[in-house]
Amino acid sequence: MVISVASGKGGTGKTLVAVSLALSLCDERQVQLLDCDVEEPNDHIFVHSATSQTEPVLIPVPKVDETRCTCCGKCAEVCAYNAIAVIKQKVLVFPELCHGCGACSYLCPESAIAEEGKEIGVVERGESGNMELIQGRLVIGELMAPPIIRQVKKHINPASEVIIDVPPGTSCPVVEAVKASDFCLLVTEPTPFGLNDLSLAVEVVRKLQIPCGVVINRVGVGDKKIEDYCDEEGISILLKIPLDKKIAMLYSNGIPLVEGMPEWRNAFVELFEDIKQIASAGVAK
Amino acid sequence: MGEVVVLSGKGGTGKTSIVASFAALAQSKVLADCDVDAADLYLLLRPQVKKQDEFWSGQAAFIDKEKCTECGLCQELCRFGAIEDYRVDQVSCEGCGLCSQVCPVGAITMQPCMAGHWFISDTRYGTLVHARLGIAQENSGKLVTLVRNNAKLVAEQQQLDYIVSDGPPGIGCPAIASLSGASMALLVTEPTLSGIHDLERVLGLCRYFGIPALVCINKYDLNEENSRHIENYCHDQGIEVAAKVPFDNVVTEAIVHGLPVVEYSGNKVAQKIGELWEIVSGKLDGTGGRDANL
Repeated sequence: MVISVASGKGGTGKTLVAVSLALSLCDERQVQLLDCDVEEPNDHIFVHSATSQTEPVLIPVPKVDETRCTCCGKCAEVCAYNAIAVIKQKVLVFPELCHGCGACSYLCPESAIAEEGKEIGVVERGESGNMELIQGRLVIGELMAPPIIRQVKKHINPASEVIIDVPPGTSCPVVEAVKASDFCLLVTEPTPFGLNDLSLAVEVVRKLQIPCGVVINRVGVGDKKIEDYCDEEGISILLKIPLDKKIAMLYSNGIPLVEGMPEWRNAFVELFEDIKQIASAGVAK
Repeated sequence: MGEVVVLSGKGGTGKTSIVASFAALAQSKVLADCDVDAADLYLLLRPQVKKQDEFWSGQAAFIDKEKCTECGLCQELCRFGAIEDYRVDQVSCEGCGLCSQVCPVGAITMQPCMAGHWFISDTRYGTLVHARLGIAQENSGKLVTLVRNNAKLVAEQQQLDYIVSDGPPGIGCPAIASLSGASMALLVTEPTLSGIHDLERVLGLCRYFGIPALVCINKYDLNEENSRHIENYCHDQGIEVAAKVPFDNVVTEAIVHGLPVVEYSGNKVAQKIGELWEIVSGKLDGTGGRDANL
């Protein structure tokens, strides 16, 4: 089963929940933890699995053979991203804008455009016990996270339980990370910011037709509007984590909640059982 | 005119609370919410929308079932796995248009996408330029650029001194669109190992684009040892730690009441954010509030 952990708003506790859920399951099962927050991956701070394998993420960018190029301009005309231009008998390529679609190369009438891989990030894999951590990491200065997320997700082993740590937001990297999961756990906090961004995240998972449930983190300060919202929308609140200095302290030092406070382990095992039940019932209304 | 963009790498470190407080403290400024994915600043500034426009960006492929001969060439060539059983998955389609170029019977057309809305609004603190990206849409970077360009225009028209931008989390496309060409970045971090890791990466991004940066450690007293670590790290990097803001539940209470924290409370948090704005505005004025390598 593939469970994605998302939130809309950043800093609500996705990593805390994803790591704790993965660690609570790996006593009895094979677990893969996928860190798809490739701009700022943090799971490795909490899960100490020595990286055993690193692979580059390459996107194919055009390489123009000037001896064949007639500067006809077809490549620039078909590029939807303005990543290639023909100016004064010279072809200019802007690799950072290229999505690697291959249109220029395929449509060049002179077959003058080959493609070469450009590294935009890496995927790192490591194991500790029953847990495999697979994380993507975007090169600083690069724009595009989705190709790295796609490559992380290629390593999904259907025989494992898979937990995906999703980046914040509601746009393409979030969609790429959540897509094709069996269930999406939405982590929020009881504030107007939490509620606003939760409602956006719910729209994303509904568009993707993925069943979802909510975890409310830092309960104790803030208001009760998340409960009202979930009630109205028919979304189950599966877990509440209190605002607790001890929890914050463990997190700040990179100690997983279920290791620093093992009494939480059961709550995450039960969370997993609840998720299984909801996911098997299909997409929530 | 000076433009400060507030970034953090890690989400939830307090960017929006600080920007909303700057809104209340700064006199001559326009505000820009560059977190177009999950925009929250409007919840505190309560804008009255004066101008609204659609954001059209990119395109998506549509297959005309009547014309399609199911030859399969489009599916074979699509690098994004967006075409299956001669149907286009609109979420996966990146709008490159290769399929429509190669279709031998002209069955595929590219249609422009309405990817969101942007707004120019009045608030009790001045003008706010903000946006809402459509759900699961692409091109958030282009929408951020649109927001920033309009904020710049407003600042020129109204002859304002500052542009104060609330940035998105991360270091990818929308963060880069928020940062490039700004006068300076204020990096809000927290004393957690995740916060430190993410600060290092967003600082790397500032260096990559040659943007001067200042650091604010928010909730510094939640883990003073980690805060000292951040101060030492910044010292080694030649980056000024401009403020250390203590943890206090009033920050959350202010959000619940829909107010910038400096208007909700006069306590230590509000004081520290006030001092921070003095330093930031001093730097933007070019006079320099303090030694840059403090």
